[in-house]
Amino acid sequence: MTSLLSEAPVTRRPLDRAAVRDFVDEHIVPYADAWDRDGYIPEDLLVAMGEAGLWAPFLAPEYGGAGLDMVTLGEVHEEVGRGCSSVRSLLTVHTMASWAVQRWGTPEQRERWLPELASGRLLGAFCLSEPGAGSDATGITTTAAEHRGGYLLNGTKKWTTNGQRADLYLVFARTATSIGAFLVPRRTPGVTVRPIHDMLGTRSSMLAEITFSDVELGPDALLGPSGFTSGMVLTGVLDLGRYSVATGSVGIVQACLEVSADYAARRKVGGQYLKDLPLIQAKLSDMVTDVRAARLLVREAGRLKDAGDASTIMATWVAKYFASVAATRHAAEAVQILGANGCSPDYPVARFYRDAKIMEIIEGSSEIQRLTIAGEAYRECAR
Amino acid sequence: MSDSVQSRILGFIKTRHPQADISESEDIFSLGFINSLFAMELVMFIEKTFAITIPNDELKIDNFRTANSMAALIDRQLAVSVG
Repeated sequence: MTSLLSEAPVTRRPLDRAAVRDFVDEHIVPYADAWDRDGYIPEDLLVAMGEAGLWAPFLAPEYGGAGLDMVTLGEVHEEVGRGCSSVRSLLTVHTMASWAVQRWGTPEQRERWLPELASGRLLGAFCLSEPGAGSDATGITTTAAEHRGGYLLNGTKKWTTNGQRADLYLVFARTATSIGAFLVPRRTPGVTVRPIHDMLGTRSSMLAEITFSDVELGPDALLGPSGFTSGMVLTGVLDLGRYSVATGSVGIVQACLEVSADYAARRKVGGQYLKDLPLIQAKLSDMVTDVRAARLLVREAGRLKDAGDASTIMATWVAKYFASVAATRHAAEAVQILGANGCSPDYPVARFYRDAKIMEIIEGSSEIQRLTIAGEAYRECAR
Repeated sequence: MSDSVQSRILGFIKTRHPQADISESEDIFSLGFINSLFAMELVMFIEKTFAITIPNDELKIDNFRTANSMAALIDRQLAVSVG
């Protein structure tokens, strides 16, 4: 078992990039490779993140949040992603669930869930994908049938990030008229959690397959509107998830850049430092360029979210597509720069390489994103 | 005011679906391009443009069927926020 080794007390600072960078460098970076090998994130890190106010700082202060804007939230997630994509993944799904409750919840649902979600005493997870349905949400087969004034939930969700540990699941299920969102505590009778191990990347994100067998839910489990607009809950949640994944992808590229530049400045080949070789310089210059470009795309998506501008959805698609592809490319280049060392457990770039590939798949694969972005191109050109 | 509200809504729909050529009383669902992405964009546009928050119980299909019905929804929410 790999514990959080730092004994330093967690001091709560106003959340900004610098504060989170310090937290990540102290509490995450030194241990992320061990967590990756162990396949889980230790409980004491989850507690420390709560003490630092990292779990849901965008929630309103009345619920225990800090009312953080989306641009700064993106910087927070980028910094965590720089340290460990698995931890950032936990943050992503918790953010999705918490945001959904704040955006779509009734006053009673907000009062019940948000203070615990804000503090991290309760962790949220997002249950959409199924054994037979991933990016195609219309293919889900989990059902929520009306039952004794509430709902009866049946079906299986797969690849649920933090499904092993989360306390509250945001489950999407087919209702009589549409796809609805339901809040389901993990300890509800009929919920079975099967851990999934040995994935390619984000190996410590505590994935699970979750089966719901005749799970009885009250009417207050339904989150948001029913009917035609219920799909907006899913659209909004996925948009925020994509934003977080985009920020995390920027973090991966930044981490690749930092490790590669440091290595290239110390490693000699044929009497020359790697940093003085033009082919290595080309790789580093492309990392610098892409990380700045990706960060700007993410920042613009965040600015549009803060402004309540509907074009944030497409801006987020673009940012996620660009940043995740850049992460995969530059993680591969980082491994190349480090050579055999890059393939070893002595450096983190092999983890970056495996984690980066996941970013091109989750919250909408690159293929789905390209279809959507191409549709936007048609709309723009037809104006 | 209602005229400008309706024309702004129709203008927004046009930016997203340039081929759409509809009147204030025409059912936008009959055009066949309404999906959850567009519904989300439409709600965000209305909330930002008219500085309102649409409560869950007003997110009903009939409130979004035409530019006229959306204008009526906006009028109701503005009255609530003033009241």
